[in-house]
Amino acid sequence: MQPFRKHTGLVVPLDRVNVDTDQMVPKQFLTWVTREGYGRVLFYDWRYLESEKPNPEFVLNLPRYRGASVLLARANFGCGSSREHAPWAVLDYGIRVIIAPSFADIFYNNCFKNGILPVTLSEQQVDDLFCRTEKQPGYQLSVDLEENTIRDAAGLEIHFTLDPHRREVLLKGLDDIGVSLLHEREIAAYEARMNPTAPLAPDATLYSAPAGQTAGKN
Amino acid sequence: MEPRTLYQKIWDTHLVFEAPGQPSLLYIDRHLVHEGTSPQAFSGLKVAGRRVRRPDLTFAVMDHSVPTKDRTLPILDANAAAQFDALAKNCKDTGVRLFDMNDRNQGIVHVIGPELGITQPGQTIVCGDSHTSTHGAFGALAFGIGTSEVEHVLATQCLQQFRSKTMLLRVNGKTQPGVLAKDIILHIIGTIGVAGGTGHVFEYAGEAIRALSMEGRMTLCNMTIEGGARAGMVAPDQTTVAYLEGRPFAPRGKDFQSAAEIWLGLASDGGATFDRVLDFNAAEIAPQVTWGTNPGMVTSVTGQVPDPASFRDPNEQKAAEMALRYMGLKPGTPMEEIPLDRVFIGSCTNSRIEDLRMAARMVAGKHVAGTLKEALVVPGSRRVRAQGEAEGLDKIFRAAGFEWRDAGCSMCIGMNEDRLPGGERCASTSNRNFEGRQGKGGRTHLVSPVMAAAAALAGHFVDVRKIL
Ligand code: SF4
Repeated sequence: MQPFRKHTGLVVPLDRVNVDTDQMVPKQFLTWVTREGYGRVLFYDWRYLESEKPNPEFVLNLPRYRGASVLLARANFGCGSSREHAPWAVLDYGIRVIIAPSFADIFYNNCFKNGILPVTLSEQQVDDLFCRTEKQPGYQLSVDLEENTIRDAAGLEIHFTLDPHRREVLLKGLDDIGVSLLHEREIAAYEARMNPTAPLAPDATLYSAPAGQTAGKN
Repeated sequence: MEPRTLYQKIWDTHLVFEAPGQPSLLYIDRHLVHEGTSPQAFSGLKVAGRRVRRPDLTFAVMDHSVPTKDRTLPILDANAAAQFDALAKNCKDTGVRLFDMNDRNQGIVHVIGPELGITQPGQTIVCGDSHTSTHGAFGALAFGIGTSEVEHVLATQCLQQFRSKTMLLRVNGKTQPGVLAKDIILHIIGTIGVAGGTGHVFEYAGEAIRALSMEGRMTLCNMTIEGGARAGMVAPDQTTVAYLEGRPFAPRGKDFQSAAEIWLGLASDGGATFDRVLDFNAAEIAPQVTWGTNPGMVTSVTGQVPDPASFRDPNEQKAAEMALRYMGLKPGTPMEEIPLDRVFIGSCTNSRIEDLRMAARMVAGKHVAGTLKEALVVPGSRRVRAQGEAEGLDKIFRAAGFEWRDAGCSMCIGMNEDRLPGGERCASTSNRNFEGRQGKGGRTHLVSPVMAAAAALAGHFVDVRKIL
C-alpha cells in the first residue's frame, strides 16, 4: 500500500450528508473483478447524464474543482454497503484525503486499507472549510500526517487526532496481512484449542439429498 | 468475574492476540463469501503467494447477480458471467465449498448461512457484505468487511479489530397485530438516525424482541447496519435452539445438547454495563413506510410526507429537500395516498419462509391492483422456495398476480436484470432506499412483507392493522 505522509491539493466540497457508497460506485460496476479503473465511475449517477455526458451541475465537474485531491464532505460519509469499490474509486480518481465531521464505520476502515486519509473534524471546523473552499477559487489544503495538521495558505492551522495505530499503518503503508501473519504462533495455538462443539461436517443425508426429497427444516 | 455482555463474551473467547495500542487479533469462525466482493481478494492472495488458511470455515455462494427467471440460459452480462466463473474457479483452486447458482442450497448469503446451520450462536462471522449483521440474530458477532479484509480473513482466518462500544436497545411491551420486526427496526432507525449506531454494537432485548421468531430477529439484525452499527445481536434462547436443531451444519445428538447449553449461557450477565441504553415502547410502533432516500427517512403509514422546513438541522433540511425531489413527493401528502408502480417481496431482510407465509396470507384469494406494473416474490433461497412450493405459496402468489421467482438478491440491488425503472415507485421489503438502489432513478419505499402485500392489493400503502 502506498504510504501517506504529507499531501497538498485542491479541495472539492461535496455538500451532502449521509453520502452512501451506492452513490460512489453504483451496482453496475460491482461485477468487475479488478481493483483498478473505478475513478472514471466515481459518483457515476450524479456525475454523468445520458451517454456519460458530464453533468455540468455536479460539483466534481465544475472546472474550478478539476484535479481536486482533497474531498470535503458532510456527516456519516460512506454509509451503506461495505463495497471497497468506493475507496478504490476515490483513490483512482486522485483523492488522497477526505475531511468530514463523521464517517460510517466500514468505509472509514476501508480507507486505511487503501492509503486514503479520512480526517474527522468538528461540524464547525468542517463548516468553516466549506466556506473557505466555496469563497476562494483554487483553495488548497496541506495535510501533514506526521504532524497531524491541516493548513491553508492563509495561515489556518487545524490539529486533528487519529488512532496511533491507524496513523502508523498509513505512514508506513503497512501490509495488514503481513503484520497479522507475524502472529502465526498465536493463531495456531488458538486453533489447537478451538471450540469442539462447532462441527463442520454437515449431516450427509440432509446435505446431499436432491431437491424435494428431504423437506429438512425451513 | 465482572458481569459481561454477550458481545464481550464472544470477544473474549475469540481473542488470538492483544497488545496495548494495537487492534486485537480476533479469530473468525465462519467466513461467508459471495461473487461480488471476493474476486479481488482471491487475486490479491494469489499475487502475494498466500493460501486460504481454513477453506473448511469458508463458504461461498452466488447470489448478487444471479438471474431469477431461468438459470439454464447463458448469463448475458459478460462481466457478471466472468465474476461467476472467477468465484467457481477460486473455490475450486482453494478448496472452498461453493453453493453455485444451480445448487439446491443456493440463496442469499444471509439467508442460507442461518438456514443451513452454518451460522451458530457465539460465533464470529464475517462476509464482504454489510448485511452480515443479520447473523447476529443468533447471538453471534457478525459484521460486514471490505474486500481487503476478506483477503485478510482468507489468509489468516483472523481479523484486526478495535473493540466497539455497546448499546442496549430494549423494546418493551407487545407490538400491535400487523406490526412486524421490520416496523420495529425502521422505527428504531427513524428515532436514532442512520448514523445513530456508529462505533457501536447493538444488543436488542425486551419483551417484543423475545417474542420474535428467528426470522423476525434476522430482519431486525439485518437492518442494524442502516442505523450505523456494524453488528446487532439478540441473546440466544429456546427460540434460537429450536430453530437450529436438525439444520445440516448444526451439531447433532449429544453434541447439539452440549452446544445448546453453551449457547444459552451466552446471554449478557445481569448487571453487565452498556455504553448506552435506549428504551422503546413496542405498543407505540405503527406500521412504517420510508418516504426518502435513506432508511432513517421513515414515518408511520398513517403519517404524511414531512415538510423539509420542519427539520431543525440545515444539513438535514437540505437532505430532505433533495430526497423529496428524487422521490417525486410533496410535503403533506398522506403516506396512504402514494400510488405504486411495483412491489418487491424479497432480499436478505424479508425473503424467508415466514415472510412469504405472512405475505401469502394477505393476498390469498385476492388480486393485485390493476394499476401495478409488476409484483415480484423472490424467495431468499432455493430451500425457502421449495418450502414455499410445498406449502402452495407459489400458487397463492401467482393466482394473486405476483411472479414467483428463483432465489437471489434480485431487485434489492438490481445487479441482474430485475431492476426498478427510472421514475417508477416501488414498495420493497428490502433494506436500502438509496438513490438508484433498485435501478437508476427508481423510487423505493421500504416496508414490511405484510405492508408490501397489502399495498400490492390496494395499489397504495394501507394501514395493515385495520385489515388484519
Ligand atoms: S439481498 Fe440486497 S442487501 Fe441483501 S445481500 Fe443481497 S444485495 Fe445485499
